[in-house]
Amino acid sequence: MNSNSDSNDVLVQIRDLHFSRGNRKIFDGIDLDIRRGKVTAIMGPSGTGKTTLLKLIGGQLKPQKGSIQVDGLEVPKLKLSKLYELRKRIGMLFQSGALLTDISVFDNVAFPIREHTNMPTAMIRDMVLMKLEAVGLRNARDLMPSELSGGMARRVALARAIALDPMMILYDEPFTGQDPISMGVIVQLIRLLNDALGLTSVIVSHDVKETATIADDIYVLSGGKVVGHGTPQELADTDSDWVKQFMQGLPDGPVPFHYPGTQYAEDLLAGIEQSRAD
Amino acid sequence: MVSTLRKLGRWGIGGFERLGRGHIFLFHTLMGVPSVLARFGLLVQQMLSVGVLSLLIIAVSGLFVGMVLGLQGYNTLVDFGAEQSLGVVVALSLVRELGPVVASLLFAGRAGSALTAEIGLMKSTEQLSGMEMMAVDPIKRVIAPRFLAGFISLPILATIFTAVGVIGGYFVGVGLLGVDDGAFWSQMQAKVDFSEDIMNGVIKSIVFGFVVTWIAVFEGYDCVPTSEGVSRATTRTVVHSALAILSLDFVLTALMFGNI
Repeated sequence: MNSNSDSNDVLVQIRDLHFSRGNRKIFDGIDLDIRRGKVTAIMGPSGTGKTTLLKLIGGQLKPQKGSIQVDGLEVPKLKLSKLYELRKRIGMLFQSGALLTDISVFDNVAFPIREHTNMPTAMIRDMVLMKLEAVGLRNARDLMPSELSGGMARRVALARAIALDPMMILYDEPFTGQDPISMGVIVQLIRLLNDALGLTSVIVSHDVKETATIADDIYVLSGGKVVGHGTPQELADTDSDWVKQFMQGLPDGPVPFHYPGTQYAEDLLAGIEQSRAD
Repeated sequence: MVSTLRKLGRWGIGGFERLGRGHIFLFHTLMGVPSVLARFGLLVQQMLSVGVLSLLIIAVSGLFVGMVLGLQGYNTLVDFGAEQSLGVVVALSLVRELGPVVASLLFAGRAGSALTAEIGLMKSTEQLSGMEMMAVDPIKRVIAPRFLAGFISLPILATIFTAVGVIGGYFVGVGLLGVDDGAFWSQMQAKVDFSEDIMNGVIKSIVFGFVVTWIAVFEGYDCVPTSEGVSRATTRTVVHSALAILSLDFVLTALMFGNI
């Protein structure tokens, strides 16, 4: 496991995080550090609460217990106005892109700039074109979201996420449902933007191969706990059977192939006994 | 027995919980109204899609309702030789009751359901969540302009419905059935009181406008963010709005004209 360096280096610090939905425990005492300037991946099987973790970091959900500090601010305790101030410094890329469907690509990217600044129209135009240029869609600015492919929509959403020059971007499943070319583009963009703009990136994903190529640091979650943490190389060489199964995509292991329940032989014998009784 | 009671209890608690959520939501929406007034463009845009686009159905329905009133009113009044009072019958029916009520029912079906579906879809495609993460309050940016637009539009639409309805009644009564032109208008002018009849009708449409738009935006904002959830919410908007309009109409009529 990686030992984390001093607290100035840490942008997001999560300690003893507990979160449940109804009777279902999603996080059961998680500790996690996201270092400045790095690409940190949060991985784990579907349903482990990876997206929930992003919503907790962004203050859209409140934990039952524990601390979430972003840039020294305790997110669950922030007043709404302070939380909104913080969110202006955080970009988020939703799995669906979450583009506003009734306005064009240009207006989508301009949306946060128009909402939060009083810049003149010409300057907004230049800024939007710069952001769209960064994701390679400057010439698609007049298209409507319904005219974009899935990969393009995600790139527009990425341009929108960096519109206000945030300190951190949260990516929710950025690789899901992408063709190999779009996938390659997005993988490259995440790393490139992170390094060129001096961002901190958090990627929530279960696409092991793609994530491992760009992440500096990976946390593996399962059953509400952190079950593995380290660089991609450290996790590839792990001793943990569970992490090995996840990273290598093995069908059987600590996470069983069969849904838990009665034994196969018992089930078959029960059928024979029933037919005798009939 | 116990399980039925438990279900009943759960249903009751769920209902009250929703009612509470609806009121908190309304409070936040009303708090967002000043910011809409500061950005007038947002309101104008919504008044176009909520109000102006409902104009055709309101005007056409108003015309037919007025024509039917003219026909039915004439058939009844002519037996008593009182067909000259047709203008009063048509105008009072429309101004006091049919204008606000039918226009509101049509508005709930046309604009209310569209508002719910639009907001519900924005929720299910994470657009509202996306706005929150961009530090833009969706209640101020999306809900409050739509609420205000509906609230302002419905009384205007109800007035148009009534006016067109009176013209419809005139066409049938005077144009087709031969009621005297002067009597139609002069009796109407003499018998329809501005504060008693017209203002009470307007107050009704203001109340319905508030309630219908509140139901529509709340159902959209509170829906389960799936396609099934959005379709259920849209249906609920129409059903709840219709029930609210008709029950409130009774209460308001009793207070205004019932001498209770």
